Amino acid sequence: MADDKTSVDRRGFLKYAATGAVAAAVPGSMHAQDHDHDHDHQVVPSDPALRVKALESLLVEKGLVDRAALDALIDSYEHKVGPRNGARVVARAWADSAYKQRLLTNADAAIAELGYGGLQGEHMVVVENTPKVHNLVVCTLCSCYPWPVLGLPPVWYKSAPYRSRSVIDPRGVLREFGLALPDDVEVRVWDSTAELRYLVLPERPEGTEGMSGEALEALVTRDSMVGVAKVSASKAGKAA
Amino acid sequence: MNGVHDMGGMHGMGPIIEDKNEPVFHQEWEGRIFAMNRAMGAWRKWNLDASRHSKEVIPPAEYLRMSYYERWVAGLVGLIVQSGLTTRAEIESGAPASGSVKAVPALTADKAVALVEKGVPASRSVNVAARFQVGQRVRTRNMHPVGHTRLPRYARGKFGTIDRDHGVFVFPDTNAHFLGEKPQHVYSVRFGARELWGAQAEEKDSVYVDMWDDYLETA
Repeated sequence: MADDKTSVDRRGFLKYAATGAVAAAVPGSMHAQDHDHDHDHQVVPSDPALRVKALESLLVEKGLVDRAALDALIDSYEHKVGPRNGARVVARAWADSAYKQRLLTNADAAIAELGYGGLQGEHMVVVENTPKVHNLVVCTLCSCYPWPVLGLPPVWYKSAPYRSRSVIDPRGVLREFGLALPDDVEVRVWDSTAELRYLVLPERPEGTEGMSGEALEALVTRDSMVGVAKVSASKAGKAA
Repeated sequence: MNGVHDMGGMHGMGPIIEDKNEPVFHQEWEGRIFAMNRAMGAWRKWNLDASRHSKEVIPPAEYLRMSYYERWVAGLVGLIVQSGLTTRAEIESGAPASGSVKAVPALTADKAVALVEKGVPASRSVNVAARFQVGQRVRTRNMHPVGHTRLPRYARGKFGTIDRDHGVFVFPDTNAHFLGEKPQHVYSVRFGARELWGAQAEEKDSVYVDMWDDYLETA
């Protein structure tokens, strides 16, 4: 990193710290990164890694944080909580109309029937796609997302392009995801501004009539439960 | 606050980039800072709304440059220094102040699992009258508080219809600043896309925004 850049960044840092609100930061903080302004996570420099490591050491040394608790939290979201939970909810609703009614009228209880719930899914609402209505979920103000049924959100959901455009141009956003909706379909965008968390119940694809619950589950993608995709009968096993 | 975090309706942010095989955490530090936010939250020195606000006050150019979890780093450092859990000198030196007494962590591994499974409800079972009824036409307030709010700019001063009443919840505008929970009804309010965006929007489309009682007035 060039010295002149460092000093400019350093001034920026001091100005930033002086706002007091984000008391941020450590010397050589965010501001002093040798960073090409590319938000791609693959090229995030090691700098945040070092900073987070130093912060963790400090908090552990002060007895404020238990490393085993951190490991347990990470393990939950890497291995237990994720979009397969939501897929099970959707497949059940497709196969069982009484369950579907419970899901649409009291989502918390219906989701809890399958053993799911908890952090960032305390207050759930399920919205149903039909041939005439397509629902799309966003959080324009931060990145609220129904963790217990979908896991932690993908980068695109948290990104400025998605957050800014979903409300003003939902059809354009959907086209970007490869979904062109006919003009006679009504689009409903749900902006998660409060503590309600939204899950889209996608349409059950044709040609799945005889399928088992497990086979149906395998068709349901994360993207279809956010509302940026439909479920296809032929996409079994596809990742997103 | 009219910050850059309030980005609904903005142009020029570029294409949406999808990574088809995305890991939960792209790098180890992302998981660590995610978990540290939860573990430090267990000290109950701040609340969810204050935690959101700690990221909103990141200056706009920085906010846009940072990745999601870089904002979590900045937010957490701000919160722990403000709340007095650490001093700025400790953050800078990376070591506890000499003579400081070691605490016992508020969040243990078993409590962490319970936190994930049970969550932290923001609803309150207090008897507060709803000021509006389902089906009623309302207008959102035209207000621009310098502090935290969950009323997005694109939906201020707009006409909509109460679609459903979600019940009583903590009010973020006061709670984020430790001025009380001020529990009140939250509604899903339906706005016609043209009410928000004019003739360029599809007439049949709509945006549903969750609104607290204090954000609304009779139309």
